[in-house]
Amino acid sequence: MKKIEAIIRKTKFEDVKEALLAADIEWFSYYDVRGEGKMRQARIYRGVMYNTSCIERTLINIVVRDKNVEKVVSAVQKAAQTGEIGDGRIFVIPIEDAVRIRTGERGDIALYNAEQEK
Amino acid sequence: MTLLLTALNTGNTAWMTIATILVMLMTIPGLALFYGGLVRTKNILSVVMQCLVCTAVLSIMWIAFGYSWVFGTGFHGTGIGAVIGGFDKVFLHGVGIHSIMAPAGIPEITFCLFQCMFAVITPALIIGAFAERLKFSSFLVFTILWSILVYNPMAHFVWGGGWLQQLGALDFAGGTVVHINAGVAAIVMAVMLGRRSDYKPNKPIPATNVVFVFMGAALLWLGWFGFNAGSGLTADGLDANAFLVTHLCTCVAAMTWMVIDWIHNGRPTTVGVCTGAVAGLVAITPAAGSTDVLGAFGIGIITSVVCYCMVAIVKPKLGYDDALDAFGVHGIGGILGSILTGVFATAAVTGGPKGALYGDWHQLGVQILATLFSIVYSGVITFLLFKLIDKFMGMRVGKRVEEEGLDIYEHGENAYN
Repeated sequence: MKKIEAIIRKTKFEDVKEALLAADIEWFSYYDVRGEGKMRQARIYRGVMYNTSCIERTLINIVVRDKNVEKVVSAVQKAAQTGEIGDGRIFVIPIEDAVRIRTGERGDIALYNAEQEK
Repeated sequence: MTLLLTALNTGNTAWMTIATILVMLMTIPGLALFYGGLVRTKNILSVVMQCLVCTAVLSIMWIAFGYSWVFGTGFHGTGIGAVIGGFDKVFLHGVGIHSIMAPAGIPEITFCLFQCMFAVITPALIIGAFAERLKFSSFLVFTILWSILVYNPMAHFVWGGGWLQQLGALDFAGGTVVHINAGVAAIVMAVMLGRRSDYKPNKPIPATNVVFVFMGAALLWLGWFGFNAGSGLTADGLDANAFLVTHLCTCVAAMTWMVIDWIHNGRPTTVGVCTGAVAGLVAITPAAGSTDVLGAFGIGIITSVVCYCMVAIVKPKLGYDDALDAFGVHGIGGILGSILTGVFATAAVTGGPKGALYGDWHQLGVQILATLFSIVYSGVITFLLFKLIDKFMGMRVGKRVEEEGLDIYEHGENAYN
């Protein structure tokens, strides 16, 4: 069981979502994040130019079974890519356990619908 | 202003009623949106509240005694009449539905309301300088006293038959009375209060909502047609000319600002064009009743260039925190407009006085004198008022209040929930 955490461009969110659905990922969570970085963006306020280092991105969290990791990582990587600096990162993190709250099932089974899989 | 038994002119009355409504739009919601959009989210309501309360409290004061102070005739001919009109029209005593003003033929009540909107917007303009750090209670006391001690006397000097009017100073719609007055008070307040705790001169605090800034600027522009074109009190050619030069000068100033922005920083900005437009509106105000198309072009270009230098170069260099550029735009724009009136005034519009461009240097001298007087008068009284209120109530909010925002601490509200 792994957690895949991807920081992507906000503008690429729709593409990544499509790619994940195409890769049979049914649920994931995401949120808007702000970060600091070396990238500077010029802003102008009443004739005074200043730089902001604040970078806005979307962070996606997906927890999948080990066999799906490569599929998901490559789907996100392809969909979020523009080729320019600032496309983001994908992290793969081990997950110890998972519990489906409705039934109390634990482990891999908590992540997917066994009926549908057959 | 003399009251004679004249016939009511329905055309003029209809126009002045509309003009009054337009001038009210300038303060709420115009200025409230313009200033509100420029501050940070945590302080947007404090600015909106200040504009709103200015409208209500200053209207009450205007009807209670402000109108009488400025346009009363009780002290006419006496020494004190140069400063105070009189107390004969307190609570609009004797101003009834049959009081008609000559020569425009409009009800005196309409005139009083039109002037009321000017008394409202002038102190409201100062809000831009002390935004994000002034206590609401102190703001209220300051605004009331400033209106009594600075606005009323200045309005009487220039419009109510006081000494500047007798001298022949041209101030059609309020360059000295409204903009220099408020602009100079703004710089005094900004310097005396000190910077916002997190303001650094070369790192501006970005506007919370530029669309609000745009809506505010657009409403100011719209309302200004009432402000300037209404100031002749009649619906005639002079009014049409004021409308024309107001619109033209604003467009010229906005475009000039955009070009400088583009050259200086490589991008034409929305806040920049809005600011340029307001600077143009301010500068044409005293000149609207005395210049033609040439004057509108000249004043628009010069004002935009100078105001740009003030807010983009001089302000960061000197390091004072005129938060929303009330001085940089209204003060400087007003001073330029008032002096340039003495340059671009043409006899073709005024029917008499003309400016330096047309060979008469006397008018320029009068304009400079009136300008200098307004600067000194407003500056000194504002300084004294600040000292007084700061001693008894304290002007500035506490450090934590400033950090967390005035909206929550001063008003117990959030703009967005």
